[in-house]
Amino acid sequence: MEDKAMVFLKRNEFGKIKEINGCEDVKKRLFELGLRRGAGVRILKNDIGPLILNVSGCKMALGRGLARNIILSI
Amino acid sequence: MNTIALVGNPNSGKTTLFNALTGSNQHVGNWPGVTVEKKEGQLKFNGNIYNIVDLPGTYSLGAYSEDEVVARDFIIKGNPDVVINVVDATNIERNLYLTTQLMEMGTKVIIALNMMDEAKSKNIDIDIEKLSQNLGIPVIPTIAAKKKGIDSLIQKAVEFINEDIYNYDPISYGENIDKEIHDIRILLKGSSREYPNNWIAIKALEGDKEVLNKLKSNELVNQHLISLADKASEYELEIVDRRYNFIGNIIHSSVNRPTESRETLTDKIDKIVTNKYLGIPIFAIIMFVSFQLTFVIGSDLLGGYVEGWIENLGGWLSGILLTLNTPDWLLSFLIDGVVGGVGAVVVFVPLIAVLYFFLGILEDTGYMARAAYVMDGLMRALGLHGKTFISMIVGFGCNVPGIMSTRTLENKKDRMIALLINPFMSCGARFPIYLVFISAFFADNGGIVLFLIYGLGIIVALVMGKIFSKTLFKGESSHFIMELPPYRLPSFRSVIRDMWDKVWDFLQRAGTIIFIVVTLLWILSIFPLGVEPYSQESLLGKIGTIIAPIFAPAGFGTWQASVSLFAGIAAKEAVVAVLGMVYGGASEGRELISAIQQAFTPLAAISFLVMTLLYTPCAAVLATVKKETNSIGWTVFMAVYPFIIGWVGAVFVYQVGSILGL
Ligand SMILES: Nc1nc2c(ncn2[C@@H]2O[C@H](COP(=O)(O)OP(=O)(O)OP(=O)(O)O)[C@@H](O)[C@H]2O)c(=O)[nH]1
Ligand SMILES: [Mg+2]
Repeated sequence: MEDKAMVFLKRNEFGKIKEINGCEDVKKRLFELGLRRGAGVRILKNDIGPLILNVSGCKMALGRGLARNIILSI
Repeated sequence: MNTIALVGNPNSGKTTLFNALTGSNQHVGNWPGVTVEKKEGQLKFNGNIYNIVDLPGTYSLGAYSEDEVVARDFIIKGNPDVVINVVDATNIERNLYLTTQLMEMGTKVIIALNMMDEAKSKNIDIDIEKLSQNLGIPVIPTIAAKKKGIDSLIQKAVEFINEDIYNYDPISYGENIDKEIHDIRILLKGSSREYPNNWIAIKALEGDKEVLNKLKSNELVNQHLISLADKASEYELEIVDRRYNFIGNIIHSSVNRPTESRETLTDKIDKIVTNKYLGIPIFAIIMFVSFQLTFVIGSDLLGGYVEGWIENLGGWLSGILLTLNTPDWLLSFLIDGVVGGVGAVVVFVPLIAVLYFFLGILEDTGYMARAAYVMDGLMRALGLHGKTFISMIVGFGCNVPGIMSTRTLENKKDRMIALLINPFMSCGARFPIYLVFISAFFADNGGIVLFLIYGLGIIVALVMGKIFSKTLFKGESSHFIMELPPYRLPSFRSVIRDMWDKVWDFLQRAGTIIFIVVTLLWILSIFPLGVEPYSQESLLGKIGTIIAPIFAPAGFGTWQASVSLFAGIAAKEAVVAVLGMVYGGASEGRELISAIQQAFTPLAAISFLVMTLLYTPCAAVLATVKKETNSIGWTVFMAVYPFIIGWVGAVFVYQVGSILGL
């Protein structure tokens, strides 16, 4: 087990959301969008621009700024 | 009449269901945020009429953006008799989050478990009976797109209206929070409210602004909330967590989804269209091919027919009128004004239809969200939000829905910029103008010219966006989060239906607002009595002559062009209608085209196209700006600044072109 910010994960890597840093509003919004503590995330694209990920069957694009604040345990 | 509201996450199929229930034809598209307004329709069932309300999609009742506010307000204040919660079966966990919030409110809710076809093909195994039992809510499986399960859904919803108050097992938020809720409830006791005290307590702990506002007068509760201090934000997130735990327990025993999902077709397509090098070129190619095909199909294959009909109609009508000894003034109205003016617009129906057909396909496949994705980098560099791009593409159809769709932008600054630049996206009503000038001067390169015009619109929009974000609306733009829905095969029927809807709208405008403009201008053209209609000596000609010098530096300083531009502010099609009218009716065939060839040089034609692309948006757009910004100042700004941009652009093109000897 190792903790990493989402933005450092490569394509096809998988992790579970451990915590989200940042202000409460953003945190809550992300939780409500399904990016909650404990949710499994697979990275589908991470090169330039927003990341693309799969969160419990749902495909989402997520800005890099946010991905920097989401800590996954791998 | 009883009201049934459709509530659910974005893109879960609410509007598709709404259309199936009411037989309406509201806009459906495969990206989140299609519906941004409340829409109502009627359902007849067993001799009763029910009011069905379609709402914008929302992930929670937290209301982060304008469209979510619309949904929230209706759920909380609209007093629906039953809520149909549309849940996407392929993503039950996240979708049920909103359900838990509905339960907390004590809403009478039933679940339409939609997209069952996709859940099946993804091998998601759902025990509906059990799910329903665990939740304490009826669950009806549906496939809205194929109208499956609709009858049982209606049956259940109607049954539910008459059922007595419904009680769910309350969610446990953990010892501490449950105690807080309990305490606040006690403090609330006695004060009569339209909502369950339980819900008020939860929302107060969640920091819901509206609820806190309402509680302002209640000293005790306020004191209590203040005493929580730091714990408050901790509780807020804890509540969210607990809701997910609750959901987790419910779906644990009723939903089984394969863990390691293989790469889907959607993933494969996305690898190509979102590729870091290919993304933007692919978008450009899609646009280019659409315009080229629009031109080939709409003009070469279909265009001739309508034009032929209108010519025949004109010839036939003038023949009859002449034998009836119709007075000249009436002749000039019917032949030049109605047939020449309105007809000049109607000629383009086939092209408009094909354009809308392609836009419809673009919206239904799911590519829209990807276009926003690939443009995000560029948009961000300009200080704009990636989602702005979706409102821009919607603006290609018409700027009114384009501006409406900016509601999905959470940040006020992002939204204002998106709203202000939308009119540079060339709408369907401006299309006929380009087509007339293309037929007159660039008939061999129609597709390319169209592509360049639309491209120029995008570029000007982006440049203005950059300027706004550096001046009027400084500050960070909000984060980019967007769902990328799976690609779906557009249903031919719904694309055609949507297209027909828009074509019909276009025809109606031709018959109403364009007809009125033509009539008004015709009246101006026959005064002072005795002048040759549509001559420079007429009142119309004189007004135009006064305006004309403004446009002289742009190369089209004729009274005809000036009048047409001003008429275009009523509705953009009027530009063509007026040109058709003042340059003689359609009775003599291609007169408009050849008149334009004489009145404009090719360079002046380009500069005129730049002007019509960019200048003041039409009255309907200005009205929408007024409604959305609630500010006369911004509305005036929206009328003036594009005019200046358009004028400067046109003058620039003409002057530089002249120097280069074009
Ligand atoms: N496969 C499948 N597709 C569906 C079903 N229901 C709706 N769709 C498609 O899902 C997409 C979204 O449908 P909409 O009805 O626009 O969704 P909405 O919930 O109104 O979306 P917003 O207005 O953006 O909140 C469209 O492409 C529909 O054709 C279904 O049962 N099965
Ligand atoms: Mg909708």
